Amino acid sequence: MSAVGTFCDRCGAPAGEGDHARCVRERALEPPRFCPECARRMVVQVDPFGWTARCSRHGERTS
Amino acid sequence: MTTATSFVLARAREQVLERGEGLSEEQVLEVLQLPDSELDALLELAHEVRMRWCGPEVEVEGIISLKTGGCPEDCHFCSQSGLFESPVRSAWLDVPMLVEAAKQTAKTGATEFCIVAAVRGPDARLMAQVAAGVAAIKDAVDINVACSLGMLTPEQVTALAEMGVHRYNHNLETARSHFPNVVTTHTWEERWETLRLVREAGMEVCCGGIVGMGETLEQRAEFAAQLASLTPDEVPLNFLNPRPGTPFGDLEPMSGPDALRTVAAFRLALPRTVLRFAGGRELTLGDLGARKGLLGGINAVIVGNYLTTLGRPAESDIDLLGELEMPIKALNETL
Repeated sequence: MSAVGTFCDRCGAPAGEGDHARCVRERALEPPRFCPECARRMVVQVDPFGWTARCSRHGERTS
Repeated sequence: MTTATSFVLARAREQVLERGEGLSEEQVLEVLQLPDSELDALLELAHEVRMRWCGPEVEVEGIISLKTGGCPEDCHFCSQSGLFESPVRSAWLDVPMLVEAAKQTAKTGATEFCIVAAVRGPDARLMAQVAAGVAAIKDAVDINVACSLGMLTPEQVTALAEMGVHRYNHNLETARSHFPNVVTTHTWEERWETLRLVREAGMEVCCGGIVGMGETLEQRAEFAAQLASLTPDEVPLNFLNPRPGTPFGDLEPMSGPDALRTVAAFRLALPRTVLRFAGGRELTLGDLGARKGLLGGINAVIVGNYLTTLGRPAESDIDLLGELEMPIKALNETL
């Protein structure tokens, strides 16, 4: 979650650069917004019990 | 307890608990100014008021975003505005997924399912999608359907009522005096007009807002009084969850005691209204907040996730209601 991957899935910055502690904390109450593989903004749909996030390049992820 | 704070609570007990008359704006302000040392006594009174005038039942609701992001409005708290550098992208939900979400919501015991769209007001395409969605849900699931689609024309109000939408949400968001600091693309009065139309059409009125958006305590009291003057069937109470990229993204979440004091104060202003715990409670109050709120004036919850953020697992709230011996409101009952 969050900073695991090439990019942080909350802020989209490189996971290995900077401090993502806040991102990790906030992700407990947020779906991912950026593709962890390419940092593209994903199309995210939240429903009462989960979420789906789709990257145009890397496909769909689900909760 | 000082003489002054003792008087505030004693008067509220007599006026609201005994006579069922909500607090005035000035009286709400006095409650909001009570010290932390009086918080437990205040919450206890708010709980008594809720039990006396609403009963022990809790109304459970799930919400879903039918159309996410790309909104032309500039509500400064909202990550779905297309005017801000928010990471939220536009998305549309199809009808089968909408029905599935309603089914899953009903399985929790929820009686309300609210369809929400991030728009100024619905266009023909959105109204058609809502009509198809509401009809499909009603065919498949035994649950009340509510909608929140922004500002409506009289024709759209009529159309929604004819679809069988039983409740319409349109939040005033904040005090009239603070609204221009929160939204500049439309007015508080425009929102009020939609609420007036909704009531005239016979739908239940759901109207609340968000606290912690930089309003003063005086403005928070003003907001409670303005809501009371609307006499809504439901007031959803949100606590600002500062979203990245929005103008309010750097505001500090309000403190837990302030949030709970606000819950109690709104209950004392609105003794008979469905007062719903909505977004931001997990951030502001943590897991303990659900219990304290339900024992401090709240009698309705949104279970599960919100529109763009995540909530507590639905089963956590449902289990808590069981533990507190608060029955879930049954379908077709009115609180």
